[in-house]
Amino acid sequence: MPEEKRIILKYADEPGYTRDIDCYLKHGGYEILKKAVKMEPDTIHKEVMDSGIRGRGGAGFPTGLKWKFLDRKSGKPIYLICNADESEPGTFKDKQVIYKDPHQLIEGMMISAFCIKAKQAFIYIRGEFFEGAKILEEAIEEARAKNFLGDNILGSGYSCDLVVHRGAGAYICGEETGLIESLEGKRPYPRIKPPYFPAVLGVYQCPTIVNNVETLCNVKHILDMGGAEYAKIGVPNNTGTRIWCVSGHVQKPGYYEFPCGKITMGEMINDVCGGLFPGRTLKAIIPGGSSAKVLRADERFQGKLKDGTEFDWSIWDIPLDFDSPMACGSMSGSGGIMVMDDTTDIVQALSNLNAFYAHESCGQCTPCREGVQWMRKVTKRMCNGDSREGDADLLLSIANQIEGRTVCAFGEAAAWPVQSFVKKFKDDFEAYSKKPVVSSECGDNQLV
Amino acid sequence: MSNNGTQETIEIFVDGVSVQVPPGINAIEAAKIAGKEIPHYCYHPKLSVVGNCRMCLMECGNPMRDRETGDPVLEEDGSQKIGWFPKPVIGCSTNVGPGMHIKTESEKIEDCREGVMEFLLVNHPLDCPICDQAGECTLQEYAMDYGRGYSRYEERKNVKPKRTRLGPRVTLDDERCVLCSRCIRFGQEIADKDVLGFIERGSFSTLTCYPGPELDHNYSLNTVDICPVGALTSTDFRFKMRVWFLKETASICTESSIGTNTLVWSREGKVHRITPRRNDDVNDTWMTDSGRQLFHQVEADTRLKSFRIESASADATSAAKAAANQLFTGKAAIVASTHQSVEELFLTRKIAEALGAKAHFVRHLSEGDGLLLSEDRTPNTRGALLTGITGELPAENLSALAKQIDAGEVDTLLAIHEDLTESGLTSAHLDKVKLIYLGTQENATSQAANILLPGLTVFEKNGSFVNLNFRLQKFHQAVPGPAGLLPDVLLLGQVLGNLPGQANPGSLNAAWEALANEIPAFEGLAYASIPPVGTQLDGSAFSKLAFPETKSLKFNPAAEKEEAAPANAG
Amino acid sequence: MELSPELIKKIDARVEKYPTKRSAVLPLLHMIQEELRYIPDEAIEWVAHRLELEPMQVYEVVTFYPMLKRTPMGKKHVRVCRTLACALRGSYQVCKAIQEELGVELDHTTEDGEYSLEFMECLASCGTAPVVMVNEEHYDNVDVEKAREICRGLKK
Repeated sequence: MPEEKRIILKYADEPGYTRDIDCYLKHGGYEILKKAVKMEPDTIHKEVMDSGIRGRGGAGFPTGLKWKFLDRKSGKPIYLICNADESEPGTFKDKQVIYKDPHQLIEGMMISAFCIKAKQAFIYIRGEFFEGAKILEEAIEEARAKNFLGDNILGSGYSCDLVVHRGAGAYICGEETGLIESLEGKRPYPRIKPPYFPAVLGVYQCPTIVNNVETLCNVKHILDMGGAEYAKIGVPNNTGTRIWCVSGHVQKPGYYEFPCGKITMGEMINDVCGGLFPGRTLKAIIPGGSSAKVLRADERFQGKLKDGTEFDWSIWDIPLDFDSPMACGSMSGSGGIMVMDDTTDIVQALSNLNAFYAHESCGQCTPCREGVQWMRKVTKRMCNGDSREGDADLLLSIANQIEGRTVCAFGEAAAWPVQSFVKKFKDDFEAYSKKPVVSSECGDNQLV
Repeated sequence: MSNNGTQETIEIFVDGVSVQVPPGINAIEAAKIAGKEIPHYCYHPKLSVVGNCRMCLMECGNPMRDRETGDPVLEEDGSQKIGWFPKPVIGCSTNVGPGMHIKTESEKIEDCREGVMEFLLVNHPLDCPICDQAGECTLQEYAMDYGRGYSRYEERKNVKPKRTRLGPRVTLDDERCVLCSRCIRFGQEIADKDVLGFIERGSFSTLTCYPGPELDHNYSLNTVDICPVGALTSTDFRFKMRVWFLKETASICTESSIGTNTLVWSREGKVHRITPRRNDDVNDTWMTDSGRQLFHQVEADTRLKSFRIESASADATSAAKAAANQLFTGKAAIVASTHQSVEELFLTRKIAEALGAKAHFVRHLSEGDGLLLSEDRTPNTRGALLTGITGELPAENLSALAKQIDAGEVDTLLAIHEDLTESGLTSAHLDKVKLIYLGTQENATSQAANILLPGLTVFEKNGSFVNLNFRLQKFHQAVPGPAGLLPDVLLLGQVLGNLPGQANPGSLNAAWEALANEIPAFEGLAYASIPPVGTQLDGSAFSKLAFPETKSLKFNPAAEKEEAAPANAG
Repeated sequence: MELSPELIKKIDARVEKYPTKRSAVLPLLHMIQEELRYIPDEAIEWVAHRLELEPMQVYEVVTFYPMLKRTPMGKKHVRVCRTLACALRGSYQVCKAIQEELGVELDHTTEDGEYSLEFMECLASCGTAPVVMVNEEHYDNVDVEKAREICRGLKK
């Protein structure tokens, strides 16, 4: 069984490890920040570039490159925002850091802020993390007292304050421009790109970097071990560790940190997570948060990787990194692996997700606003016993009319589950139209 | 200026056809130049771009260049290779660059438009038969042009508030709203009154006002104009008339010296509404609510409809003749008006000169709003100056004339479109003079008049005004005037023709011929040749006058002075 | 609407933290809701006035976010995660058990103002699904039995 390699979560679950600053300092905390503020920001940036780290939020965009796009010529203040909105269903990794090791995030953020010369930094945390926000605010005050943030940090002449900003229950605030609008006190309608690329026209129309919690924590470790050394963890183009969140029908759901590409889906599910429940067989896996396209248990995945090597995988063989799930037509997204066994009614599972996306669509642009709600109404009707012939094709067609035509990636996030569920489980959908189902008592879809 | 031919253009390709367009404009405007329509709801040329309707999706590509060398990448046949974006892009936020290719017609784009149309209609009520927007509804138009023609939607439609009063003049039907946010942006960006907004979210998003503050500012009806569907309707116009029955006439708003370009919508001699007409040098696409009310003067109860000499009714010819005789035999003065058109003022000047009489003007000032309502509440002060009838700005009141009357220096008055008792003369003054009145509404002056010449409103005649920027703009007759009445310009022509040694020009065009011949500022112009958007005249001769207007949408005297200063110094 | 002096102080300090006043809309609404358990009209107007905004600009925000309430929630506000990972582990049954146990309907508040119940979208605890929150307290691995137990605890 592959061994976990805990970098980000090294101390989080260690007995006796507490989230206060004294404990953090005892474990070598803020040493890297002390080192960083004596370095040239460009040198730190080079280390981040060399590390090859890709964003842990969902899109997997190279972090160093993102920072490179910052508009430094405008002379406007630069802002750093930590995206702690963690709201992709199936994902619960950032929460572990925030609740158990908040100073690691603060240190990573202050190093990053120093590197990009941010004037001010924000942590946008989802509203449901009541305690998380309090923990962070306490940690910030502790760090401020020791001059790890605030004015003239550690005598470096660099000043940067850090503010925790709470959301209030909106998935769309995980989209970086939606988050920025929310932070500005407006409705979180994602902005059109072009022209509103955050690195140029971000919060307050100033250059802004938005990074995920896990990404920012990694910056600390990159600087600790050096970019080149960090790049040796994992596999080429998929460097570092990732925290995978496994949920659904497995014996030991949870979060597990592994070097990218060094563990397969099979090892993760069957060894690390203790396998399926007795007597059950696998039906499907969503590999990267609910927006990722579903993988069917008996699919074969064949093709060529970027480096030219051919692959022929079963679902169990897929290496857990950025590129492999993508090569299988899905994505590693935010690292949320959702497992569904043979007891799962696949139409109800989709109906559940459709309800999520219909609830979370911000309503700004037409295809998403109208299309996602329409898909919800269709699958809900199916689950309530009024399935009609052609529903599967209709769902697919609606999803196709949304994908690629919306302001932000929410369109894809909502369309991909529908497209993949319907295409891969067409029989399940067609069976619904032949065999009416009794309405559920909750009036909505009801799983298990 | 664009008319000197020096503005740079770039070559782009719309559906494969080369077209020259100004650099940096967006693809919707560029395609328009190429004669292609890119349908859109949320985009409005005078508002910020938000890209939410997704109707303007199109394909876009740029000439490919080698990343290393910068050389063009060529196809096998030697033509330039185009790097097409993998996803469709929105035209409203795509600004054109040299060599850009735009596809407005392709299978993919057809599918995009069909998809967006279908989505927009799933929650839209099928109430076109009772909807005021029918006939000028982009949802209807695009459904016909770009929709599939049938719906696959079998679920329940969302229910939202209907017949909501947003303010005294605007009614909202939320079920019809396509959430394009034009009205909200108008409030934020133009009217500077942020009263409209969306509440709730997703497909339940609803346009509304915060309870309490209403959409009651003087620009509220612009939201009705720019609403692409029947969500925002004019409370005044609701259920009154089908728009396809209405005739549109280009006109000019007389509310102030801004000279807002308008369309007058009429049917069978009755005006039903006024809307703004786009003019980027004057009013963009906006106008005041108050300016839209002005047509009610046409059918006012106080309207003057018949000629009168003393207490006997008369016809136009005899009344004009009597007026001329009266003026010629007395010690005459004229009270003209900056409400009069350029050509009317020109003939009034001729009358004044023939009589050796002075033409007095009274100013009508009120507070400006910085946008499209200026301090000078008459449309043609600059026109009066240019025609030479006066060399100074209208006076605060007629006290100078009052003194002359009291001193017996004036015993005959021709008053045109001014109620003298509102301007510093008393009824005692009026009793002391022989009074000839030309006007449209009954008032103290008309009642005191010895000879009454009923005139026409701006909606019933042709003519031109010169606005605060010295822009000459013409208006057209939308509806016929009351039976037997003549356009003011013909009436004044007849009065002039009855004066010794003077000739009646006999028509608007003939009056213009004389105007163009005699006054350098109008040289080379004719009524027919004034472009629909007007033409700029030289007003530099009057730069020393203290005009009352402060900054408005397209008028900034302070900035102009600053600009002029270094030029003068050099 | 009366806001406590402590809250006003907290609000003043909060507004200071942002480059623009408008950014403080959400934090202020959170703080007020913490004290009043909902956002009444007066609060919208108060926040708008405090931050130099139009009431509409605050109203737009309040109605967008499901965590901001326009009517008072129960003193014990129960949230059950509804999304896939929890649903796969039985959150609908958990929700039903809570309804029975507390006598409260989904998306309602009991007449005595004690309890209210709502479904939430993914609470980011899928590894310990199903999850339930009572006010700010978080409960993991809540099966029907545990749900009943929690409810009985609330009634004490």
